[in-house]
Amino acid sequence: MNVGWSFLIFLVLLLIPWVGVGVLGLQGLFVTVIPYVCFLIFIVGLVYRILNWAKSPQPFKIPTTCGQQKSLPWIKHSRLESPFNTFEVVLRMVLEVLFFRSLFRNLRADLQGKKLIYGSAKWLWLGAILFHWSFLIILIRHLRLFTNPVPSVIQFLDYMDSFIHSFGVPPVYITDILIIAGLSFLLLRRLVDAKVSYISHGSDYFPLFLILGIVITGVLMRYNLKVDVYAIKQLTLGLATFKPVVPEAKIGTIFYVHLFLVSVLAAYFPFSKLAHMVGVFFSPTRNMPNNNRADMHVNPWNYPVKHLTYAEWQERFREAMENAGIPIDEEAEKEEHEWYTIYGPNKNLNL
Amino acid sequence: MYNAGKVIIFIVVLILFFTIPMWLNLGRVEAIPKPELPKDKAKCIESKEYMRAYHMKLLDDWRKQAIRENKHVYVAKDGEKYFISLQKTCMKCHNNKEKFCDSCHNFVVTHQDCWSCHIAPEVAEKWQ
Repeated sequence: MNVGWSFLIFLVLLLIPWVGVGVLGLQGLFVTVIPYVCFLIFIVGLVYRILNWAKSPQPFKIPTTCGQQKSLPWIKHSRLESPFNTFEVVLRMVLEVLFFRSLFRNLRADLQGKKLIYGSAKWLWLGAILFHWSFLIILIRHLRLFTNPVPSVIQFLDYMDSFIHSFGVPPVYITDILIIAGLSFLLLRRLVDAKVSYISHGSDYFPLFLILGIVITGVLMRYNLKVDVYAIKQLTLGLATFKPVVPEAKIGTIFYVHLFLVSVLAAYFPFSKLAHMVGVFFSPTRNMPNNNRADMHVNPWNYPVKHLTYAEWQERFREAMENAGIPIDEEAEKEEHEWYTIYGPNKNLNL
Repeated sequence: MYNAGKVIIFIVVLILFFTIPMWLNLGRVEAIPKPELPKDKAKCIESKEYMRAYHMKLLDDWRKQAIRENKHVYVAKDGEKYFISLQKTCMKCHNNKEKFCDSCHNFVVTHQDCWSCHIAPEVAEKWQ
């Protein structure tokens, strides 16, 4: 059901540029207005999400840990599993973002008769890392279409990605193969594994279809349904330099499908699960050090509560105390302490 | 907003990363080169659109046919016959590799697979 709906939406999205360009001839709309608007939605949407996260108060220090926290000097603490300071948090975060360290700990759970058996499951990690790294390299590699003297770094990346010349002309991009492998695994996992399928929503399938659609149209353009790359670069360079042009030469419809799907992905990105790209940096379970005992974490939505120190209280009831024979502590500290309580003002203290 | 300093730096880095295509060209963008077409010929062996998009596929097919299948005649879509040869057919009109092939290929950063075996006319001239 979830698969069907998201695939249907994907098909509709596929048809929009097909009809819009192939039949109605609205090239101008699809190469200038839609990409710019979608890119703007992408940036503004991400900033909106970030500000929203940054404004959320963080009442507790809740890092997830799975190692010995820093305590007595002679107990060895786990710097990555239970980071104590910012540096260790950064280290853990870098490994998390670049190598998906927590996903590497992924386990599978199976019932064997009445026994629940846990086992190692690295396939999800492998599929995820293939997909994410390939996607990043492909994204950077595309800069060859957006810069005119193409920087040598990008030329080098492009060269490294296509250094296998064994499969004919044009040389195959390694990332093309890897991203299809990764995405196919991630999709099949949701379709085939009943446990994962049960918890999959349309919003899990849709990005997979969308990105797979982008990849397949891109791969087709490179190897089968050739398009005029010279005209495409005129167009993309125009977009990057804010002088958008619709090239005179005819470009195959598949290019417009590719561009439209990328635009849709950009616009969809900030408001979907894909926002984990920036969300990971705002995960309180990841971005906080586990130093509860060394640094007090003040709940930001607490407010100062009116209270009496013992000295003030004693001063107030001195007479009654003396009459009742309760000893007076003359050395009680007079200074006021700043402290917080979970009790609201005038709740339990009758001031 | 909590940790405002760090968050603002993060947002700036994020925006800078995703707008690379927009600022990487600043002050260094060059005019788009135009390939030099043969002046005395009006038409290539196939239509202009086909040649622009599919010339590499055509050349690849030619290579397979000439070298692996010993076929040396290409029949174009309009029925005309051509001798399958890069140097004797293509380069007869497009006689300057640098001004014709390289101008576009360097512009879009695609690598030609021809010149590890074939010799461009201008290079051949230099050695004769």
